[in-house]
Order: sequence, then structure tokens, then C-alpha cells
Amino acid sequence: MRTAVFRALADLGRRDARIVLITGDLGFMAVEPFIDACPGRFFNAGVAEQDMIGIATGLAESGFIPFCYSIAPFASLRPYEFIRNGPVQHGWPVRIIGVGGGFDYGHAGYSHHGIEDIAVMRALPGISIVAPSDPAQAVAALLATWDLPGPVYYRIGKDDRFVVPGLDGRFTLGGVDRLRAGHDCLLIATGTLVSEACTAAERLAATGIDAGVLALASIRPEPADALAGALAAVPLAVTVEAHQRNGGIGSLVAEVIAERAIPCRLIRRAATGVSDGRTGSADWLHRRHGLDAESVAAAVAEALA
Amino acid sequence: MGNQLSGDEVRALVLAEAFRAGVGHIGPALSVADIIAALYRRVLRVDRPDDPERDRFVLSKGHAALALFAAIHLRGWITREELATYCADGSRLGVHPEYGLPGVDLATGSLGQGLPVAVGMALAARLQRSSRRVVALLSDAECNEGSVWEAAMFAAHHRLDGLTVIVDLNGQQALAPTRDVLDLSPLAARWAAFGWDAVEIDGHDEAAIAGAIAAPRREGRPRAVIARTVSGKGVSFMEGQVAWHYLPMTAAQFAQATSDLRVAAAS
Repeated sequence: MRTAVFRALADLGRRDARIVLITGDLGFMAVEPFIDACPGRFFNAGVAEQDMIGIATGLAESGFIPFCYSIAPFASLRPYEFIRNGPVQHGWPVRIIGVGGGFDYGHAGYSHHGIEDIAVMRALPGISIVAPSDPAQAVAALLATWDLPGPVYYRIGKDDRFVVPGLDGRFTLGGVDRLRAGHDCLLIATGTLVSEACTAAERLAATGIDAGVLALASIRPEPADALAGALAAVPLAVTVEAHQRNGGIGSLVAEVIAERAIPCRLIRRAATGVSDGRTGSADWLHRRHGLDAESVAAAVAEALA
Repeated sequence: MGNQLSGDEVRALVLAEAFRAGVGHIGPALSVADIIAALYRRVLRVDRPDDPERDRFVLSKGHAALALFAAIHLRGWITREELATYCADGSRLGVHPEYGLPGVDLATGSLGQGLPVAVGMALAARLQRSSRRVVALLSDAECNEGSVWEAAMFAAHHRLDGLTVIVDLNGQQALAPTRDVLDLSPLAARWAAFGWDAVEIDGHDEAAIAGAIAAPRREGRPRAVIARTVSGKGVSFMEGQVAWHYLPMTAAQFAQATSDLRVAAAS
């Protein structure tokens, strides 16, 4: 998604001189289109994420729309208090792009995995949270949110080629994007795991289980009404996320179910616990945490058996 | 004492409101009173606190907020009645500056947060080809925070000469003298080593403070003004005493403190 996002940001930057890009010394072979389009509005803060967010806060106070860029944990966890006390507290339009949300950085290891970012951002009121599933949706999400008045966190994937069939560049701010209808259960996924959910639904269909699929990209504004409507139509919902179990989209869906007293069972598929020191590709990590299509399909079949 | 904006008048208001509210952080507010008076009387170009082209001031050592509130009042941006709501329920005036009060450019309170934001404000002024300036006031112990040095590197690298840092070198931090916690000396040399045009001055000399900020910068570097101050300045029993970082005053101490100030102001 990186390449598509920075191409779109370059186009926005050409049209609007308020847009500035600050990187925490990351983005080789990604940020270049923006540098070419807006050479005076690109800054490398160095390996200094707290300062990156602080500088963006000062720029936003003075009328700019600064975008900050780093790998998801470095963009969200390291400078978290700066995000809280700066753009969130003051309501200033800082944008934070965390790349590689989930296990995208694979064998780079636990330090590089973005598996708490949704939870910590959800703990802060006033920041929009967007987690697209493929490049076209990432661009649509950017275009729908870049000039919102308050701060925005973008959780984007690392892969540039990956496409979710049927998503077709849709993004609904405050809503969900349906990929498949189904009345036996509903799979709700975010980020790169949306495609695993789609594959799981196909496998389930082959066994006679009719599973719907929703892509949940607008985490805030929360799509509570859209989720409630979809959840009310099924006896079972399964959330699928490359993220810790507490505070992510599984928690969001649980809150909607509980607060609206929807008679729908929920299974949260998520990262399972602390790293055990084993590393591997994103696909391997998804299997290890039971987030791949086969594991999800098996969990659904077991629940409905 | 009259109502003019001076270090003594700021100190008098700090003592009165800290005593009325029964809260501490008096020592750090007294040590920066002359700096804040100098900024608001001689340095900062602020016609209206909501003017986008005003100079910016970031009180990064947010625990000295009461001194800032006193100056904001003396500039006429808040009334004496509102100043008297310091630390009351529902007040806009707390122990640390909250956003939304006229004259507060950044809510602070978490040390190490202010300078990175001030750097962004200075970068914004440069990008907008504005001559507005940015001043950030840090405590000496705040220089324990790594984020201060991240921001120092960026500002020096980009030659942000519209930016001034003032470090309130009062030698005290919450639990002990700074030299016994993490020795900062030689502080001016450290800032210079990070690429700043660093000067050391008497932080109770208003003219020296204003002069250090106004003087042209060497090679376009940002300026670090290391301001030697006395914690609890002007109050005999508070000067240089670590305890007055936190303690509130008793009635007898308040009487003694105001008497000390009157004597100092008359001399």
C-alpha cells in the first residue's frame, strides 16, 4: 500500500501547500514521489519518532497538514504520549501513517510487528483510525480523510501488489465494506487479513456454510450502526485481525454486541500472547496465530458444528 | 507595587495565588518570573493572543504555569478575577497550562514535550516565510529527557534561527540538586556541541535576557540561552531549597514571603 499512498499524497501535495511529509528515516523506494512533487515540504526527522510527532504538532498548530511516517509500532507506541498531548489534546490535524500494521514485517521480528496500534489509538478519543486492506482502499481512505479537522492514524500494509478481490477501491468512513453476503456467520476482518477472511468464506461455502465477509477499515469513526445491522442478521460473528486480542476490532465488535444486546455469538481471532522468540514470514505468523484462511474456516466450522 | 509587568509583580501574583489555592511548585515559578516578565514586556511580539502571526511561546516547564498566568493577566488577556480561579474546580488555570486559555500556545506539563513542538512551530514560520519567532522555556532537569536532544539536533541541522531555547538553570529538581541526580554541566557547552549558538546569562537580569534573544545568531544557528537562576528567587527561606519545588505555604510563610518580596523590590 505504501507506493499507492505516497503517489496519492504527492498528488494532494501538489494541490495543497499545507501538506508536509516527515519520515522517521524510513520509506526508501516509497516516499520518492512526494519528494519529487513537493521537495521543500519533505523532512527526515532522523531516527527520532517523538521529535517527528512533536514537529508535526508544531506545524499543525501553524496551519499545516503534516503526515508522519514510520513502521507501525515506531509510529504509534514510541511517540504515544506525544500523540496524546499534542494533536489529540489540541485537536490539530496531524496524520500518522504506520506501515506494516500486523505481522507484515514478518521475520524482522516482534520489535517490528504492529499488533497493539489499534488498541492504543482506540484509547484516545478524537483521533480517526483507518486500516485499509489493499492499495486501492488505502488511496480511497486517504482521499476521504486527509483534510479532516482532527488527527488521523493510518494503519497500512507493507505489500504493494496485494489486492482484495471485490473491494474495488471502496472505503466508507464510519461504515463497513461488504465483500460477501452470508446468513450462517459473519467474518469481520481488517487490514491484510481481509483476504484471508474471503478465502475462508470460500472454503466454508464448499462445505455448505454460508459466511458473509466485512472489511472493517473505518475503526474510528466507529461503524457501530453498520456493524449492528450486520450482526443482527447472523448467529455467529468471527473477527480476524493481526493484532492483540484486547482493544482491536474484536473488542470493538464485542462492544457493539453488548451495548446493543444483539443475540450474536462472537469469536475473536487475534494474535495469541507474547512472542515466543520464533520468527518467520507474515504468512507463517498468520498460521502460527491461527489467522490464516484455513484456521479461521476451521474455527467457524467447529463453532457451528 | 504597581500593576506593571515586571518580575517582582509576577512573583507577587505567584505568591498570592499559590497561597490562596494552597498548592506548591512555587520555587520553579519564582525562578522564571524575570524571564517571563522579560519575554512579555520586551521580547514577544504579540498584539493579540489569537493573531496567527504572533511570536510563539512554549512553556515547556509547564509546572511554572502560574508565572505564565500572571504575565498573561498583566498583559490584559485574562482578568484578575480569572487569575483568582487558579486551581479552582472548573478553572481554565491549573497547575500546568491547559489549551484554550488566551496566551497559552501549547498545553504542557509532560517534560520533554515542548521543544519538539516549538521546533515544528519554527519550521512552519520558515516554510511560510514569516518573521515570527518561537521561544521555548525549559527547566534544567528537563534536559534529562531524550526528546529534548532529538529536537535540538533537528533545529541545529535545519538552522532554525527563529528559535530560542531558554533553559532555567536553577540547579534544583524534584528530589535533589540536579548535580546529584544527572549532572548537566557544562550545560552551555552541551547545547553548543549540538550545534546551537549558546550563551550563558544571569536569568534575573531582564535586559540580559532580552539582549540574548535579540542578538544576531552565529551562522544561522538556533540560540540556547542558559539562564542562571535561583529557585525560589526573592523569598529568603525558599531560595535554593529543594523542598520548595513542591511545598505549599502556611499563612506565616506567606506573610514572610510577601515581606521578603517588598524588601527586595524596595532595594
